[in-house]
Amino acid sequence: MGYLMTFSHVLSFRVVGDGGSISKGKICSLKARAVLIDMEEGVVNEILQGPLRDVFDSKQLITDISGSGNNWAVGHKVFGSLYQEKILEKLRKSAEHCDCLQCFFIIHSMGGGTGSGLGTFLLKVLEDEFPEVYRFVTSIYPSGEDDVITSPYNSILAMKELNEHADCVLPIDNQSLFDIISKIDVMVNSGKLGAAIKPKSLVTSSTGVFKKRQEKPFDAMNNIVANLLLNLTSSARFEGSLNMDLNEISMNLVPFPQLHYLVSSLTPLYTLADVNIPPRRLDQMFSDAFSKDHQLIRADPRHSLYLACALMVRGNVQISDLRRNIERLKPSLQFVSWNQEGWKTSLCSVPPVGHSHSLLALANNTCVKPTFVELKERFIRLYKKKAHLHHYLQIEGMEESCFSEAVSSLSALIQEYNQLDATKSMPVEDLPRLNVAV
Amino acid sequence: MVLRLPIAHFFEGVCFGLFLSMSIVTVQLGQCGNQIGFEVFDALFNDSHCPRGLCSKKENEAYQASCKERFFSEEENGVPLARAVLVDMEPKVINQTLSKAARSGRWKYGQHSCFCQKQGSGNNWAYGYSVHGPRHEESIMNLIRKEVEKCDSLSGFFIIMSMAGGTGSGLGAFVTQNLQDQYSSALKMNQIIWPYGTGEVIVQNYNSILTLSHLYRSSDALLVHENDAVHKICAKLMNIKQISFCDINQVLAHQLGSVFQPTYSGEGSFHYRRNPLGDLMENLVPHPEFKMLGVRNIPQMSENSLAYSTFTWAGLLKHLRQMLISNAKMEEGIDWQVRPPLSGLPPLGKMSVNREIHFNTSIANLVILRGKDAHSADVGAFKDPALYTSWLEPVHAFNVWKTQRAFRKYERSAALVSNSQSLVKPLDRIVGKAWNMFASRAYLHQYTKFGIEEEDFLDSFTLLEQVIASYCNL
Repeated sequence: MGYLMTFSHVLSFRVVGDGGSISKGKICSLKARAVLIDMEEGVVNEILQGPLRDVFDSKQLITDISGSGNNWAVGHKVFGSLYQEKILEKLRKSAEHCDCLQCFFIIHSMGGGTGSGLGTFLLKVLEDEFPEVYRFVTSIYPSGEDDVITSPYNSILAMKELNEHADCVLPIDNQSLFDIISKIDVMVNSGKLGAAIKPKSLVTSSTGVFKKRQEKPFDAMNNIVANLLLNLTSSARFEGSLNMDLNEISMNLVPFPQLHYLVSSLTPLYTLADVNIPPRRLDQMFSDAFSKDHQLIRADPRHSLYLACALMVRGNVQISDLRRNIERLKPSLQFVSWNQEGWKTSLCSVPPVGHSHSLLALANNTCVKPTFVELKERFIRLYKKKAHLHHYLQIEGMEESCFSEAVSSLSALIQEYNQLDATKSMPVEDLPRLNVAV
Repeated sequence: MVLRLPIAHFFEGVCFGLFLSMSIVTVQLGQCGNQIGFEVFDALFNDSHCPRGLCSKKENEAYQASCKERFFSEEENGVPLARAVLVDMEPKVINQTLSKAARSGRWKYGQHSCFCQKQGSGNNWAYGYSVHGPRHEESIMNLIRKEVEKCDSLSGFFIIMSMAGGTGSGLGAFVTQNLQDQYSSALKMNQIIWPYGTGEVIVQNYNSILTLSHLYRSSDALLVHENDAVHKICAKLMNIKQISFCDINQVLAHQLGSVFQPTYSGEGSFHYRRNPLGDLMENLVPHPEFKMLGVRNIPQMSENSLAYSTFTWAGLLKHLRQMLISNAKMEEGIDWQVRPPLSGLPPLGKMSVNREIHFNTSIANLVILRGKDAHSADVGAFKDPALYTSWLEPVHAFNVWKTQRAFRKYERSAALVSNSQSLVKPLDRIVGKAWNMFASRAYLHQYTKFGIEEEDFLDSFTLLEQVIASYCNL
């Protein structure tokens, strides 16, 4: 499945209809700046019949009926060429409604056919049509026990496109999201949490009963990703003593164009499930952000090398709190030699609904490497046997070279991270400076 | 010598109209510039309307009038308008700033004195300088021109900006250059905020060196405030537990106010100085190669403590002098072991940034005293030639301005503006970090994308290394 959403600079909605609706505060006059794309109808139909149906503009949809069969090539080559014009038309329409278009958020999965194939096809279209607009991609990477057999193929082919056409990628994996939800699940069931779960919260089903041991609590997991995006844009949407715009993310966190994969962590996590827990101590929140249990991908940034780190704080947190925690945590973190003290920070006065503060950490860290290495290994195991390859090669425009190029692209990226890791234990020396005559 | 006869008061009353101050137009750039600018105007206004000036009513009125002429123009309904132009590339901060001022009910910004866009500079100096600058040049310079036209007599420009971000730094450098071209006879002082050492912005060192090198060529004086130093003042002297940027900005505004509020134009004079910027430059920037200035202010404390403290001029000046020579930024933790070299002997060898700096040599100093019996304060210790580099006569290197009228709630307060070696170490650190990053070529693609090439970086490094070397060799 795949989504494309665009956010304007300040508002994530545009207003339709007359001004009267606005003054009455009706939500039905707000429309998401979004284009929904899927090559099957099921999911999109569900959304359009659900509680948020009025938020989405029914004209900003692109659907088909047959689906991509978990085949990147079908999504990218077949549906890409089929729907290119229509996609462009919808995008241009959305862009016209923006006073100032700053970036695109693309949200998709890597392991399937549509999100992966058509989603990455979209990246190229965006780059050509709107070259100055940033492309942020939130990609769901397949976990180890992923049930789509061809997910390694799809992911590798998609990775090449992300390498070349995305400004910034936030990799996320379902396993991590599931682990987080499970932890909350355990805490709820063990009765550690004193207060009741709020009704109509996201971990309760419509019958009001808390779902225990669900197969995959996708709604709750997706809610975490939604909160990630909320926090990412909070400083652009609300006031604060140290604002951070979206274009500053790329500027500060992408030191070299190809190294644009950012590991994200959110704290506090419990509240995402709408569970009533007393707020953590402020400093504990900062510590949590660096723990591997709070990362949205299987990664341990603490034991790898940081190239850059951004801390985006919301709520009643001041500069001295931020400085105190950076000083406290810095000694246990390893930063690359040329960016020993490189932190990007922002303070947004408005906390998330119902909470006093929150923190989103984005790290450009070599701890993404294992994810890519694993992906490559799973790919090779499959590719060596030529398993399911014919499904791809029979698509016009697909050749074996597509695969070999994709693997090379990924290998080169892994190699970059290897070289950086090699510098980890080297002593940091100041380079000799320019000599000037006085 | 002017005799303080009753009839002299009468003449003062009539004549002070002729001696009204020249005006300063403030340009506030980016989030930092606008947040600080608000605090500065607020501090200036509130101080000038402080009822307890510790001086005669006439003097107080003259002080008020002088401050007003410098920093405010008048609207029809009598509400003073700050002589300021607000510039930012995104709207949130300017909107906040405008409403905060209007809410006070006492002064405000002009509704049409702002220039704003929808999208920031992305912390990118190149974007601020090469894209926003040329694109919005006409609009911004028009706004400035309108503000200048409201002044009877223009002393110059006060430009408030940070150097870590993209707008204040890049667009600030561009605007300053434009001011140099279009107002060549007016003076420009840039108030630059240096970011925390453990960053706020990852590319802050790049943005800093590009800003400083460009400003060095186009500005007349760079008045520097370091966030780290002001933060310590908040923590140690003001005893603030949870320090916010608002706290930091208020301390900064206090320091600037103590420099820019009216002062008497000479020993025994009872007229306020007309040309604040001109006088500052004349005293402190004798040579264009040396234009980095720092401010120290004493005493600085929370209002609660103030009620229980008294100070003597002798005590204040003693501390201030030691702060200068030991390079302390506040009156706590001063190293009293540091001594100037003995008079008559040559200086203690060339200063090296690597060695622990023991003694801070000055090019020029200006002490500003405000409050009770200021005229009786003895500043002799600041005239010691050992404090200064040898190529200026001490009589030219040191100046003092004294004013009876107290500043804010301080019965006695002293400010020191110096052109000295005290900024060398911080500058050296910034250049060093930028150089290390530059050597790895990290983030350069973000700058070359907008026309700032490696050449431009190298030029900046070269210029700043020269500045460091020049100051070291004093």
